[in-house]
Amino acid sequence: MKKFSGKVLFLDRSDINTDEIIPARYLTEITKEALKPFLLEDLTLPSFNNGDFKSKAVIVTRANFGCGSSREHAPWALEVNGINVVIAESFARIFRQNMYNCGMLAIELSKEKIDYLLDYYSDKDTSIEIDIDNDKIIVTSIEKTEAIDFQVSEFDKTLVKEGGWVGYADKNY
Amino acid sequence: MGKTIAEKIFDAHRVNEPFPDTHVLKLDRVFCHEITTPIAITDLMSRGMDRVFDPTKIKAVIDHVTPAKDSKTAEQGKILRDWAKRHEIKDFFDIGRNGVCHAIFPEKGFVRPGYTVIMGDSHTCTHGAFGAFAAGIGTTDLEVGILKGVCAFHFPKTIKFVLNGTLKPGVYAKDLILFIIKELTVNGATNMVIEFTGPVVDAMSMESRMTLCNMAIEAGGTCGICYPDMTTVEYLWKFIKDEFETKEDAVKEYSKWISDSDAEYEKIFEYDVSSLEPMVTFGYKPDQVKTVSEMDGTKIDQIYIGSCTNGRIEDLRIAASILKDRKISNDVRAIVSPATPAIYSMALKEGLIEIFQDAGFCVTNPTCGACLGMSNGVLANGESCASTTNRNFNGRMGKGGVVHLMSPASAAATAIEGKIINSQLYKD
Repeated sequence: MKKFSGKVLFLDRSDINTDEIIPARYLTEITKEALKPFLLEDLTLPSFNNGDFKSKAVIVTRANFGCGSSREHAPWALEVNGINVVIAESFARIFRQNMYNCGMLAIELSKEKIDYLLDYYSDKDTSIEIDIDNDKIIVTSIEKTEAIDFQVSEFDKTLVKEGGWVGYADKNY
Repeated sequence: MGKTIAEKIFDAHRVNEPFPDTHVLKLDRVFCHEITTPIAITDLMSRGMDRVFDPTKIKAVIDHVTPAKDSKTAEQGKILRDWAKRHEIKDFFDIGRNGVCHAIFPEKGFVRPGYTVIMGDSHTCTHGAFGAFAAGIGTTDLEVGILKGVCAFHFPKTIKFVLNGTLKPGVYAKDLILFIIKELTVNGATNMVIEFTGPVVDAMSMESRMTLCNMAIEAGGTCGICYPDMTTVEYLWKFIKDEFETKEDAVKEYSKWISDSDAEYEKIFEYDVSSLEPMVTFGYKPDQVKTVSEMDGTKIDQIYIGSCTNGRIEDLRIAASILKDRKISNDVRAIVSPATPAIYSMALKEGLIEIFQDAGFCVTNPTCGACLGMSNGVLANGESCASTTNRNFNGRMGKGGVVHLMSPASAAATAIEGKIINSQLYKD
């Protein structure tokens, strides 16, 4: 299983698309590692500076994250930068499935919970640890630690534990 | 309770349901291109699993960057080419015979009503125009599709559009789908299938239906679907004529997939679209849509006609009918990219290529190229493009560039005027 804990990068916008996560001009790379420097290169957001993703492990963002292109380069660009968890109000279908297919976590929380995380924590140095067995997101800042419940389907959890869809499918189909 | 077309296709292809709401389906088609497939191939090789489930059901094309523009894209093409050869994938379309995947695969008759289709490309939803369930997926799903011929999906909740009336002259499928995306918003159909039905769709050609279904993903939809009918059968006839005695027999057989009248929908939208105007996007999301008239006069640097959305023969005919005996403005440059070699040949025979060239267009070979800013017409920082493609994301056609999505008619008129204008002004 991958590592699901570390510092949080807050991206306070809905509809962040896969072109913003990894622009098409880098789709000519044929290794995942080569995508590393280009993560979020085309994202323009007042609260985000290019390079802010460095040393982060979790993204917290708003609705419809990962919309647009089917490119799995988007989760790979996150993965090679050590980001294995995205927590959002909702995801585009293909991006979400790509995350789980790679054994990564795309966790959906209610709008209220996302609002709370962004409002309370986004200006603080924040860490998140995912307790996948107990379906809890442990959020820690200098002031407090709290647990937030989440739900993922049995299928998604199996993919995370098996390390992705290829291994599972090879065994079962 | 009756079933939707997608539910019927799921029922006919379900291998099992290993977890609640996880339907593993048998695949009729796995389509591949050189951007998302090579990493699947190299991963299968590294796992010691370099196999394919059925080489006759896998179709592959080099289309995104062709001819190769540099060593990296040449390498991607080579990985796909070598793999197709190694596994005796007969339907592999290399340069000279290649076209934009969602144009060339339908043209070759690879998609039939009731099929399940996947491809590592979000616009795979295009093939739903044939009454198929066709979904874009990522490289890992593609990898498993190649290896095992299966893919997992959630239950296909469905939104139905009933489109009544008649489209006005100068208003096309592209305008209609932009209007629909505006209504749905960019995630209004996430995890859902969109059925396009009603007299307006019944009257549409397969090309127009493909334009409609192509952009289902821009509202988050898994697949856009049109019901199979005589138009579908006419398009496919040369490929299916040995399977049926008459076209009517084919229509009858394919009609079994059509949604039952008592099927359950998440939502049904009913519109009379007779007064719909030509539409165009502004901003950086495909649901940011206005009428062309509202955007009238917007300065443009480049015109692009092509792509899996609007690079088919019907699109070229419409654009050429406006460009005939006219010149593009000195303030713009214009590119047309016929989506397949067959479309290119038809356009040549019909004199369309000459019209484009006389007007001042650059005619390129079939490729996805500029649509996603990879080659053949990338924008400079601060430039804008009137484009018949499908995405206006920030930087999509080049870093710092702006894309205005519109119909081929609007793009042609914009080329003449040098700024966004309603094509209806250019009708004889």
